[in-house]
Amino acid sequence: MSAVSLKNIRKTYNDGKLVAVEDVSLSVEKGELFGIIGPDGAGKTSLFRILTTLLLPNGGSATVDGYDVIEDYKSIRNCVGYMPGKFSLYQDLTVEENLNFFATLFNTSIEENYDLIKEIYVQIAPFKDRRAGKLSGGMKQKLALCCALIHKPTVLFLDEPTTGVDSVSRKEFWEMLRRLKEQNITILVSTPYMDEAVLCDRIALIQSGKILSIDTPKKITEQYPGKLYSIRSANTHQLLGDLHSYDNTKSCFAFGESLHYTFKSEGPEETRALQNHLTVLRHEEVVINEIVPTIEDCFIHLMSNES
Amino acid sequence: MKTPVIKANKLTKRFGDFFAVNEISFEVYPGEIFGFLGANGAGKTTAMRMLCGLSIPTGGEAQVAGYNVFTDTEKIKKNIGYMSQKFSLYEDLTVLENINFFGGIYGLTDKQIKEKSEKLIAQLGMGSEAKKLVGSLPLGWKQKLAFSVSILHDPKIVFLDEPTGGVDPITRRQFWDLIYDAADNGISVFVTTHYMDEAEYCNRISMMVDGKIMALDSPANLKKQFSVASMDEVFFELARGAKRKAD
Amino acid sequence: MKQFLVFVKKEFYHVFRDRKTLLMLFGLPIVQIMLFGFALTNEVKNSKIVVVDYAKDVSSQKIIHKIESSNNFEVEKALLGYNEIEAAFKEGKIKLALVFPSNFNKDLMHLNKSQVQIIADASDPNTGNTLTNYVTSIIMDYQKELMTNANVPYAISPEIRMMYNPELKGAPNFVPGVMALVLMLICVMMTSVSIVKEKEKGTMEILLVSPFKPFLVIISKAVPYLMISWVNVCIILLLAVFALGMPIKGSIFLLFAESTLLIITALSLGLLISTQTESQQTAMLVSLMGMMLPTMLFAGFMFPIENMPVPLQVVSNAVPAKWYYIIVKSIMVKGLGFSAIWKETLILMGMTMFFLLISFKKFKIRLA
Repeated sequence: MSAVSLKNIRKTYNDGKLVAVEDVSLSVEKGELFGIIGPDGAGKTSLFRILTTLLLPNGGSATVDGYDVIEDYKSIRNCVGYMPGKFSLYQDLTVEENLNFFATLFNTSIEENYDLIKEIYVQIAPFKDRRAGKLSGGMKQKLALCCALIHKPTVLFLDEPTTGVDSVSRKEFWEMLRRLKEQNITILVSTPYMDEAVLCDRIALIQSGKILSIDTPKKITEQYPGKLYSIRSANTHQLLGDLHSYDNTKSCFAFGESLHYTFKSEGPEETRALQNHLTVLRHEEVVINEIVPTIEDCFIHLMSNES
Repeated sequence: MKTPVIKANKLTKRFGDFFAVNEISFEVYPGEIFGFLGANGAGKTTAMRMLCGLSIPTGGEAQVAGYNVFTDTEKIKKNIGYMSQKFSLYEDLTVLENINFFGGIYGLTDKQIKEKSEKLIAQLGMGSEAKKLVGSLPLGWKQKLAFSVSILHDPKIVFLDEPTGGVDPITRRQFWDLIYDAADNGISVFVTTHYMDEAEYCNRISMMVDGKIMALDSPANLKKQFSVASMDEVFFELARGAKRKAD
Repeated sequence: MKQFLVFVKKEFYHVFRDRKTLLMLFGLPIVQIMLFGFALTNEVKNSKIVVVDYAKDVSSQKIIHKIESSNNFEVEKALLGYNEIEAAFKEGKIKLALVFPSNFNKDLMHLNKSQVQIIADASDPNTGNTLTNYVTSIIMDYQKELMTNANVPYAISPEIRMMYNPELKGAPNFVPGVMALVLMLICVMMTSVSIVKEKEKGTMEILLVSPFKPFLVIISKAVPYLMISWVNVCIILLLAVFALGMPIKGSIFLLFAESTLLIITALSLGLLISTQTESQQTAMLVSLMGMMLPTMLFAGFMFPIENMPVPLQVVSNAVPAKWYYIIVKSIMVKGLGFSAIWKETLILMGMTMFFLLISFKKFKIRLA
């Protein structure tokens, strides 16, 4: 039995005028770290709210830990942990008071499940008498995670836990998730950061309420059609403009210090032709390499196909 | 060498014994894209507020667009643009109404506003959306529109606070195209971001750790300096030593 | 049960850590009582009165002298006859007229009892009432003096007549009105705001996705405000008794029981508002406009309901504060027991049940 399963889930707002989630089906296995990757407005939060019984879907069915999200919502509320996107703890309560409150709310105590949160809690323990509102972003996330874990949930839903958090704190956060996974907790996490996708066991790429692809990050990148090249030169911005106006260009996007490029028709000939073209245009230090696509490349590719 | 648009010298903001910003010095030149990076709590927001004339420094000196941040804050506000992820445009006004409003508060004439809004709408390809409420637009469009509105009055410099947070990868790149255009037109761009690939798009990067600027150079030189392959690693090297995590 | 207690404790933290709101919660009743008690009542010093003395004897002169020598009154003139009184009132300067019958002293000495008529301008009921009270107490003073001197049970019975507003409706006892107003304000506004705050801050999401029963969220939110309201009732009663010298004639226990009923009515109304609003601002506005205005207008303590047009009188029946005002006045001023107010009590209970029923029906166990 899957830990989470969705069948043709659909969610609309404003009497059907705004479609947030369109016909989404997926299943997450027990103990899996599953990522839902997509930009803001893709429908991630709506999906999470349906699964945490906060919203009723307009169509389709879904189960969490075997319970139906509509019929058995009470059972689901007993067994899942949820961390909403917005920082949702009591700002005027201290770290310890927040944790105590949520522990009691779930009929447990900090001591009972301390093992589970220990590693995370020791990092915020020095600030336990500080009000939650006075914590930094990274610390708030850790506290929120502790609160969501305190009752040893079977499935943990994390809605954009790393949004607005700096990249060091993000790395730390993902390490924590890795370790939680070892405790056999199923984790569903959503994020707009494509680079975080590789840290998941499996991912669903989502855009405008539709699933673009579901698979392991590795398989998704393997499914990238054709070859992807990295092109760099001394003047990246100029290069981008020139490549956009080049005839044989299928796509060209800036990726950090280099450009990711695909040909309409490809081959050693074409690569050499491009190299010459750029030399004629007086680009210096031109380097063209074939590279392995990233999730972001795949996302851009799938997104362009959709529209 | 051109005169810098921002010139900060030992700029400091102190709250009690706490140095939110501790003697930072740097310069930003016309048409430069200046990446302002740092971990949460490093002091970026405070520094940005001082440069925008929203907060008076407690020490050091700085000039923005030629005006002193201690005394000429009102003049600074007229000569800068500002856009943040959190607040950009009024969701319950239409695209045109927003342009008119912001043009108006920056003192543009009706004629200027009309010309500029036509140009802007054509540039963004939003002809059919001009009379729609901003709230009904997709996030990416909103952010692009907000950026264009923030430079409507041709400021010398525009401050962008995490302008691309949560935006889809294609729109994010289109957004950077707009930034490059602005820079080509001589507007300096002062930008903060959590996307490390975007750091690579900047001409120069400053890295703030615990209220101080710990590194300031072009992305290429920074990578060389730390002997790493990506800006992500540069950031990690610098920020993991930060002490001020809880604040 | 433990969950519930922890939740209530959390609510108290919220209340006590928000110093400004806390100050408002306890400052409000004090300010209101002071405002209504002192600032908004007319100064009764040196009020002008007229005297019609048909008796012109020792006793009447002594009483007039006593009245003149008090700070409160100034005898404008002595009128010759009863028929001149109305004209004097119409001039507007005169607040009160005192009429001694022709054989005032004789009756007092021989029959041991006598009468005096006090006519007050009750168009401003508060002042009219205060003045008659003063005059009456001066006359009683004189009566006491006579009694100690002569050891005879003399009795002067003042016959009071209120002109223009004879029944003195909604007049002196603004205290019950203030109680109604304060309780409505605090309970309705604070509960609705505190519940909506959870929605706005996103914490409601976590609470809903927990085994904690949603309706317990509501009940635990109400507990702190119930307690604060009790404290406020005490403050108002203490101020009324000690600062304004207003006695509580009936049972204090009954008064508290009925106050608790109104508090619960108000809490359930606050809950109803919270189920219908999404932002703290809206909740606050709805509570203020929806509660404060009707309570002030229709409770009967500022404007007599009897003088309103019939449609408004009908509307006033829907205002819980109206019924509470009647109850409290009956207990405090008239000293009546439960048998006199059971109807009003029943109406309040009915309203509470109604509000609760709708709230629980409307309360969302999900977000939308």
